[in-house]
Amino acid sequence: MARVLVGMSGGVDSSVAAALLLEQGHAVVGATMKLWGGTSDSGCCSVADVEDARRVAQQLGIAHHVFNFTEDFDRHVVDPYVAAHAVGRTPNPCVECNRHLKFDRFLQRAEQLGFDAVATGHHARVVPVGDRWELRRGADAAKDQSYVLSMLTQRELASVRLPVGDMDKAEVRRRAAATGLRTADKPDSQDVCFILATDGGRTTFLGDRIPLHPGRVVDTSGAEVGRVDAVELVTVGQRRGITGGGRERRYAISVDTATATVVAGTDDELQTRNLVVSDLTWTDQPSSDGDEVLVQTSAHGSPMGATFAAGGTLHFVEPQRLVAPGQTVALYAGDRVLGAGIAV
Amino acid sequence: MTVGPVYLDHAATTPMRPEAVAAMLPYLIEHFGNPSGSHSVARRAKQALEDARDEAAAALGCRPRELVFTAGGTESDNLAIAGVISRRAGRAVCAESEHHGVLHTVTALGGVVVPVDAMGLIDFDALSSVLAHGDVAVVSVMLANNETGMIQPLERVIHEVRRVAPDAVVHTDAVQAFLWLDVATMAADVDLVAISGHKFGGPKGVGALVVREGTLLAPTIHGGGQESDRRSGTHNLAGIVAMAAAMTATVAQRTATVARVGGLRDRLVDSLLTNIPDAIETGDRSQKIAGNAHLRFPGVESESLLFLLDEAGICASAGSACASGAIEPSHVLTAMGISDDEARGSLRLSLGSTTTDEDIDLALKAIPDVVSRLRGT
Repeated sequence: MARVLVGMSGGVDSSVAAALLLEQGHAVVGATMKLWGGTSDSGCCSVADVEDARRVAQQLGIAHHVFNFTEDFDRHVVDPYVAAHAVGRTPNPCVECNRHLKFDRFLQRAEQLGFDAVATGHHARVVPVGDRWELRRGADAAKDQSYVLSMLTQRELASVRLPVGDMDKAEVRRRAAATGLRTADKPDSQDVCFILATDGGRTTFLGDRIPLHPGRVVDTSGAEVGRVDAVELVTVGQRRGITGGGRERRYAISVDTATATVVAGTDDELQTRNLVVSDLTWTDQPSSDGDEVLVQTSAHGSPMGATFAAGGTLHFVEPQRLVAPGQTVALYAGDRVLGAGIAV
Repeated sequence: MTVGPVYLDHAATTPMRPEAVAAMLPYLIEHFGNPSGSHSVARRAKQALEDARDEAAAALGCRPRELVFTAGGTESDNLAIAGVISRRAGRAVCAESEHHGVLHTVTALGGVVVPVDAMGLIDFDALSSVLAHGDVAVVSVMLANNETGMIQPLERVIHEVRRVAPDAVVHTDAVQAFLWLDVATMAADVDLVAISGHKFGGPKGVGALVVREGTLLAPTIHGGGQESDRRSGTHNLAGIVAMAAAMTATVAQRTATVARVGGLRDRLVDSLLTNIPDAIETGDRSQKIAGNAHLRFPGVESESLLFLLDEAGICASAGSACASGAIEPSHVLTAMGISDDEARGSLRLSLGSTTTDEDIDLALKAIPDVVSRLRGT
């Protein structure tokens, strides 16, 4: 039996996570992180979601607390997100929230309060192998969230439980319904929790915080072929709003906010065999020069074969589309997460 | 033997007095009538309503017809400020350390917020200059602060308003004060006085606003015209009767309660200051209500402190929580110039008329341990 603090978002996965840990005989307390002080569509932090988490905790007969981490969330997630867009990068705020909030601030708080471990409702698995911990994909391939946890290291993995990682989503919902949990039918959360889809989405959110500049679209020879309203909102790989004059499809292949220029390229020009990543972290031992790895560059992207080169360059077996700078790049061996970095 | 947790959050709410519970029960069952009617059941209810009004008016030092029953302190504050503003030209003014019931009403109406000093007391230079600027319709300054317990120099506020802006109306939020202070005397010259039943042993969901004769006030809730057309809606008769009974009991016992609980509070705070390194008392105890203890423990986070105190069976607060239950940075402490780091380590222990010696013993056993554990010492 362990003392476990469960991060309860008010969703079905973390509700069932808490229920499962209780069934396993652990001493469980629930806590909801209030992360975003502004308005949200539903997100992970609205009052209604806190209320759902509190009601589930009451149903389970466990204590429930609210931790106000809005300042940390602004500092580690929202501000960097905005700053990155201002220089034409496209970060993954969920990864940064997991890195700095859920598996750092929250974990430290739990340790300070005398808990042995924290748990969340993420669909991924933490597996003990000898005296080490492996992070593996969740049992439900469609719901697998190992990508957004790929920056975890042994330090965190040793104290993290992911009770629903062995289940598929339908089974999670069945368990919730069987236990009578009020969140059994609650829809999955979508998109970035702090951006209001009902209020202009990313354009409004960023436009309220940084100046957005109209920009030129040029082809690879430098000739202007079109315009964009806001160069800060263009992501490498994007097709929408990118025109090339001809009939062939065009994509943004680079964004330079300093000169307000987007380079448009053909599908061929979008392809690359190399990807450089920085800020590499490893779940356990670092990969070695020449190791074959699988590379995933978005939350639900397909893994691609590549060779790892020391220093952080990935050489793809087959050409791949360019990855937007700032994106998280997760490395796998089979279904095991090796580590993660940020696309340069 | 103590049953259940040690409750030191009486400023949030306090249990009902037995006399208030006894007073309200008949009006939930046999005398259930709506006072706004003409038959015998309604007349019985109406009689109870007006008896309660007489009783409450006596406790507040106003005339019965100057008393408006509402659904609580926040409604009373809203009615006072918005009610004045919609009847006459001019702006609303309040202190920066006001309860959100006042502060958010004033800002929503485009009013002016006046800074406070390091003790949380209104800055008179700033107040005078706002008043001198003209165009002020209502000035709202609370009697006792809900977080720090500090008592505002209300008499001086009234004097200043009458001197510089004689046409302006003065409102005071006396929600936290009534249990401890002679509001009838201290607010005798205030035009509008708000109280809330559940802060002194009445039920939740009932409050009152004193509206001195001659004060122009428009209703904020429109309807059947109850309360002399100042607050529509069917009366919460059982609640009103119970609140009036709690007021009478409060006034009768106030001097004794203040002496006894003030002694407990002093023992609590003195011991915590002695036994916890770097503990800081917020405000000046000689200017506080007797039930308030507010301390800061640098290097400790309130959320962790309250979590562990809750596990240890001590119910306390950090001062201010939002609707989700998350602890918010205190606007009161910020207004007093207290740094965010220090404000983060706040603990408010609020005592009530049911607080015992044993409660204090148990609190004194738990709090220093928890603080030292969180500091890793």
